[in-house]
Amino acid sequence: MGSEKAAAWMADFAAQIHENAAMLTDLDRQIGDADHGSNMDRGMKAVAAITAADFADDGAFLKKAGMTLVSTVGGASGPLYGTFLMRVGAAWPAEETAEGIGAALRAGLDGIVQRGKAVVGDKTMVDALTPALEAYDAAAGQGAQAALEAAAAACAAGRDGTTPLVARKGRASYLGERSAGVQDPGATSVTMLVEAAARTLG
Amino acid sequence: MKKLINDAADVVAESLLGVEAAHSDRVRVDHENKIIYRKDAPVSGKVGLISGGGSGHEPMHGGFVGMGMLDAACCGEVFTSPVPDQMMAATKAVDGGAGVLHIVKNYTGDVMNFEMAAEMAAAESGVRVEAVVTDDDVAVQDSLWTAGRRGVGVTVLLEKLVGAAAEEGRDLDAIVALAKKINGQGRSMGMALTSCTVPAAGQPTFELGENEMEIGIGIHGEPGRHRVPLAPAKDVAAMLVEPILADLDYSGAPVIAFMNGMGGTPLIELYLMYNEVAKLLGKAGIPIARNLVGNYITSLEMAGCSVTLLKADDDLVKLWDAPVNTPGLRWGC
Repeated sequence: MGSEKAAAWMADFAAQIHENAAMLTDLDRQIGDADHGSNMDRGMKAVAAITAADFADDGAFLKKAGMTLVSTVGGASGPLYGTFLMRVGAAWPAEETAEGIGAALRAGLDGIVQRGKAVVGDKTMVDALTPALEAYDAAAGQGAQAALEAAAAACAAGRDGTTPLVARKGRASYLGERSAGVQDPGATSVTMLVEAAARTLG
Repeated sequence: MKKLINDAADVVAESLLGVEAAHSDRVRVDHENKIIYRKDAPVSGKVGLISGGGSGHEPMHGGFVGMGMLDAACCGEVFTSPVPDQMMAATKAVDGGAGVLHIVKNYTGDVMNFEMAAEMAAAESGVRVEAVVTDDDVAVQDSLWTAGRRGVGVTVLLEKLVGAAAEEGRDLDAIVALAKKINGQGRSMGMALTSCTVPAAGQPTFELGENEMEIGIGIHGEPGRHRVPLAPAKDVAAMLVEPILADLDYSGAPVIAFMNGMGGTPLIELYLMYNEVAKLLGKAGIPIARNLVGNYITSLEMAGCSVTLLKADDDLVKLWDAPVNTPGLRWGC
């Protein structure tokens, strides 16, 4: 056991967020309120500062990461990412099998849907995560690494698919038809999370 | 970006230092949690009133903390909702034994963070917490398929009126019912002449041409629903008032009329606009019982305004006239 894998996942995600913060904020400027990159960067810096050695296992580390995001991010992203990681952490398997990791990620997605009440097609992170989890489950028989890579590819496709959609949740929904034509910032950042998972958790 | 700041990352924290320096007679500030408290909170036996939201809308909400209005305001980053830890801390600190009301504007982030705080407060302490969500912006189609209408100008009027009712000693159930009634009978519509610049973003949230204006704007620089050519004030007033009157039956009651500035529009224009609105209401046969004109719920340096019309009755007028002593609103004492 130990929390090295979870810590590596979060460190990778934090680096991706930091590198792309301006791009995320720019997407949010077009259909939201111009703060997604800076808010996520503030939260992931706090997560990256957590001492991994203080946590006995990956699940405990992820729960702490989730609580840290809830306490530091604000906006909708804080409760959504925070709920995701807290649920993933709580459901993290003692033995890190492909099925166990898949079930934990599924618990995280369920938490996001419960908190944000979005469904596929609303132009949110759910549009990327839902196909990602479907692809994961379909590939789980080939092992965690193959499943995570399949999930990352499906997540990116789901993210790209948000561009033509009209937003029905969050601040972008106030724009109505004018929200079409811009990629959803939340779907964009959550794809970085799943891609980071494929590099670190397999 | 031209702003009177030191570092974009320190804007909220340094502004709170200024609030404390200017108003320590009426409020105290928890700088770690970014909460502005009424100086004598908790007030024993009084329902505690908490609001909060992203910063950048000053004087709302921190400027409305004090006798006759809020007990605490939780300040988020600019245009970003505060986090549950803040509302948890504030809830425990202002409970005077009569329960606590959370006044939440209907934005996805605000609603989620206040919900998490209420769940955590219920689990950790015995404080009874109720919430009212304001959603008065007629620019947004009210539909199950959107995030719903935004909470805007009615929030200011609600904080004043409910604050007076709490000061009077009404209990939490009565306060919740009053807050819901106020939200149900008030509507708002806003417009912008310019965009605004979030300090951390460094550039305007959207671009508006020299001869354009945005109708149906929100308070976060999020674009509105229609971009139209610039028009005379009397036409702009009609574009704001007509959708409000079309949305709610205002017949048979006077209104509290609120002409709000978005932060970058001078009072000379707000009074000019108030006159246009008053003329339109006169034509529609709607008497104005009370009014409020000024910059109260702003969007940083955005130029523009919003109109809020709240159907009033004797009780609401009495609560409106009750003494209030906050940094942003003061009369009767």
